[in-house]
Amino acid sequence: MTVSAPLWPAVLGRFGWQDLPFVRAWENPTISELIGAFAGALVVVGAVVVAALLTRYGKWRYLWTEWLTSLDHKKIGIMYIVVAFVMLSRALVEAVLMRMQQAVAIEHPGFLSPDHFGQLFSTHGSIMIFFMAMPFLTGMINYVLPFQLGARDMAFPWANSIALWLTIGAAGLMMASLVVGEFSTGGWSGYPPYTERAFSPGVGVDYWIWAVTLGSIGSTMAGINIACTVYKLRAPGMRFMRMQMFSWTSLCTSILMIFAMPPLTVATLLLALDRYLGFHFFTNDLGGNMMNYANMFWLFGHPEVYILILPAFGVYSEVVSTFSTKDLYGYTSLVIATMAIAVLSFTVWVHHFFTMGQSANVNAAFGIATMTIGVPTGVKIYDWIWTMFRGEVRFTVPMLYALAFMMTFVLGGFTGIILAMPPLDYLVHNTLFLVAHFHNMLIPGLLYGMLAGYHYWFPKAFGFRLDERWGRIAFGCWVVGFYLAFFPLYVLGASGMARRTQAIFEPSFRPWLYVACVGAFVLLAALTSLGIQLWVSIRDRASTRVEAGDPWDGRGLEWSVSAPPPEYNFAVLPLIDGRNPFYDHKHDEGQPDPYASPSSYEDIVVPRGSATSVVIGLAAAVAAFGLIWEIWGLAIVALQIVVAAVVLRSFGRDQHRTIPAAEVAREHEKWLARVRATPAIPRQLETAAVNRGLAEIVA
Amino acid sequence: MTSASFLMLGLAGCTALSHGFLNPQGPVAGHERDLFVTVSIVLLFVAGPVLLLTPLFAWHYRLSNRGDAYRPKWNFSWWVEALIWIPPAGIVIGLAILLWHWTQIDDPYRRLPGAAPIEVQAIALDWKWVFVYPDLDVAAVDRLVIPAGRPVHIRLTSGTVMQSMLIPQLAGQIYAMGGMTTELNIQAHRPGRFRGENTQYNGAGFQHQKFVVVAVPSADYDCWAAAARRGKRTLDAQTWRRLSARSIIALPVEFAHVTPNLFERVLETTGGMSHSPTKAAR
Repeated sequence: MTVSAPLWPAVLGRFGWQDLPFVRAWENPTISELIGAFAGALVVVGAVVVAALLTRYGKWRYLWTEWLTSLDHKKIGIMYIVVAFVMLSRALVEAVLMRMQQAVAIEHPGFLSPDHFGQLFSTHGSIMIFFMAMPFLTGMINYVLPFQLGARDMAFPWANSIALWLTIGAAGLMMASLVVGEFSTGGWSGYPPYTERAFSPGVGVDYWIWAVTLGSIGSTMAGINIACTVYKLRAPGMRFMRMQMFSWTSLCTSILMIFAMPPLTVATLLLALDRYLGFHFFTNDLGGNMMNYANMFWLFGHPEVYILILPAFGVYSEVVSTFSTKDLYGYTSLVIATMAIAVLSFTVWVHHFFTMGQSANVNAAFGIATMTIGVPTGVKIYDWIWTMFRGEVRFTVPMLYALAFMMTFVLGGFTGIILAMPPLDYLVHNTLFLVAHFHNMLIPGLLYGMLAGYHYWFPKAFGFRLDERWGRIAFGCWVVGFYLAFFPLYVLGASGMARRTQAIFEPSFRPWLYVACVGAFVLLAALTSLGIQLWVSIRDRASTRVEAGDPWDGRGLEWSVSAPPPEYNFAVLPLIDGRNPFYDHKHDEGQPDPYASPSSYEDIVVPRGSATSVVIGLAAAVAAFGLIWEIWGLAIVALQIVVAAVVLRSFGRDQHRTIPAAEVAREHEKWLARVRATPAIPRQLETAAVNRGLAEIVA
Repeated sequence: MTSASFLMLGLAGCTALSHGFLNPQGPVAGHERDLFVTVSIVLLFVAGPVLLLTPLFAWHYRLSNRGDAYRPKWNFSWWVEALIWIPPAGIVIGLAILLWHWTQIDDPYRRLPGAAPIEVQAIALDWKWVFVYPDLDVAAVDRLVIPAGRPVHIRLTSGTVMQSMLIPQLAGQIYAMGGMTTELNIQAHRPGRFRGENTQYNGAGFQHQKFVVVAVPSADYDCWAAAARRGKRTLDAQTWRRLSARSIIALPVEFAHVTPNLFERVLETTGGMSHSPTKAAR
């Protein structure tokens, strides 16, 4: 954007005053610059306000010891989801700005400069994928998975915390790019040679490279952790074919993460070598070839789509079965379909570049591989439909999301098959048709799923239910907003409108752009409703407490403990004798009482909190910041801090804490007494105030 | 007043689609439109049942409907399994056969039947398209003149970053990449003006990188070529340097005389010789 003379290069690297949006807005007060300055100010003011509130209420120590340094998978999961919501807010506002720009910029320059617009679609995409979707699903898995397996924690609690803090550090870089400097205009995929120094000399691409690199390393670690948890920490008797569907999809997602994230890390690091050290992996000249980037990026990028969607499929399986009051239909089919999707996801990456000139045979082979994924996906949808068959369906908020998902997702699948046909892909690739398609998959397929899971498991995590009325309002806005915002884009794409267009020179596109803009505002209203819902729910929490822990007549083991659960999850590790142990024990005659007192308790060892993971994540982000601005000293010192923290941790003692059996017994017996005093309520009243978290048993 | 403006909006909405492949003006886009319609009809049989059954089952088996059998443990049936695996697999196999066939037919590299094609070399720059007619020794920026009813064979490369050329009413798109050559075959049924564009973001001038394809009757094409050759402007090294700078051209420009082998030179300077044997043999 602006090239300014660097100040004191040894200390501040490439930084010049012009890199501050406030200075730019002062010197050139266009609306575009003022919006940039306002966004930067919002970040600064937001950080200051949070810090001031923490100081005023004296919560720093509590936050540090109970949350930030915690290795408890539950708290890590919740922190991931908080990050996801913060980043979702930013990326959604950016989407609204882009839609507004396109609605007014018809034969008119609009209010955003082309460069600002380029940064907006790049941050929107990067954030939504790497810092909204990934943290949301990782957090959801982190919270729920150990419960469903009958485990007390993840396999590697410390690595879990490092993965979280690398993600937070990377998200922090995204926020820093609003205040200092600029962001890439190369889109979320960062295709070279456009992102090479020759064409993008500023700091924007470097922000993108390091944010994505830190995020992808964090995700690789999270994937290893999740897979190892499933392989090693299942409760006695929890065979693979007895796991809940969400555990299955978590396993498949984690395997995808392990294999798909490293190609991304390699691709961004090679691009960094090109930019920093004059290598020529992807440059136009001296032997570089961007096709190598395209292959590596999509070798990550396509499995990534299934990394995003599979956990949501797991949530839907839980939700549909629970709220249909019925066994999941076709469990084995669902498992096979999930694994088939995971394997096939690695066979289709070339469909992202059907239009780069490979032979018809290659295109056809990858087109067919792509369509094949439609079969297991279709099977899953039908499995959920048949789960409702002869059930008793309750239209709670998570179930509404599941229903909206099934009907909307199939339309996205429809357009996906169209895109999988190479001759049709030639027509709509890189147009708004493609944009409409992937939003059609990711909003119902990921966002609705995560929101369904958020509503479903919130009472478990916090001990009270979310407000039902505001949940329905938010749901309505998400669905209506989605259709208004994205269906016009199919029409515009079929009319040949390219994506990432800052101004439009075709007046006949106007009505569709207006509708899409209205849709964007409805989506913003949906997010606002979620915020109001959270506030209302916290305010009214006294009347929605569900301490008994089972407000929805749940099926997985997570519902068999108190809400919120104790630090160690299970006072006594459960013995698994079936596919739905908790549900069957509740409902079936002759089964052990799930609320019976265990015969004995034992000491439980839990990990102590650790500051080293916080230090590692934040120091890595500082090192990245140093690299971005070419403040080499800072980068070197910060990297040394990372190494030092790892070394120090390896010498650390007393990394565990033992909770004596007596304390476990006291807590557990107290809870069991409370359960016995809690009235069981029928499903008709589950959203009413009488629901205290104990489901009425109907055989 | 409001109803009138709504009507206007509605009409404008329909005209949008007339700029795209649903209003094809050449054989390639025509095929592709037909394929689009066929595939869409087939897919109705996939999406239809889900769209019907989801609300139907959800509503019919709602908690308050006490009239129906409740089978909480029913979770498997071979009949249902057959129903949900076999028909979708069959549809995908059918579509796969269709896909294989049409991907070969509509391969952008495949020469179109008919007269010998007009040869055009397209070079993508920031933010403009340069079209060189090697047989005529003329070139044009942001305007591609072609004779209606005759095949046109375009070879593409990029003098800058990666770009993608799309002329929705005539044919699908193909990328133009530095050091590499791609090919596209197009044809217009009848005279007319069609929109062409770069669809791959390449910086601040991206939205302006549109060009017009002018299809003219054969006789007019020859006249245009003759007139273009008589023009004063030449596309020499100096002009090329100016064109290569990042800029937007306000109006299309034409050049008589082009630096010999300009296309090959661009390929070479973007590293082409080091890794990409030309596919001219195809």
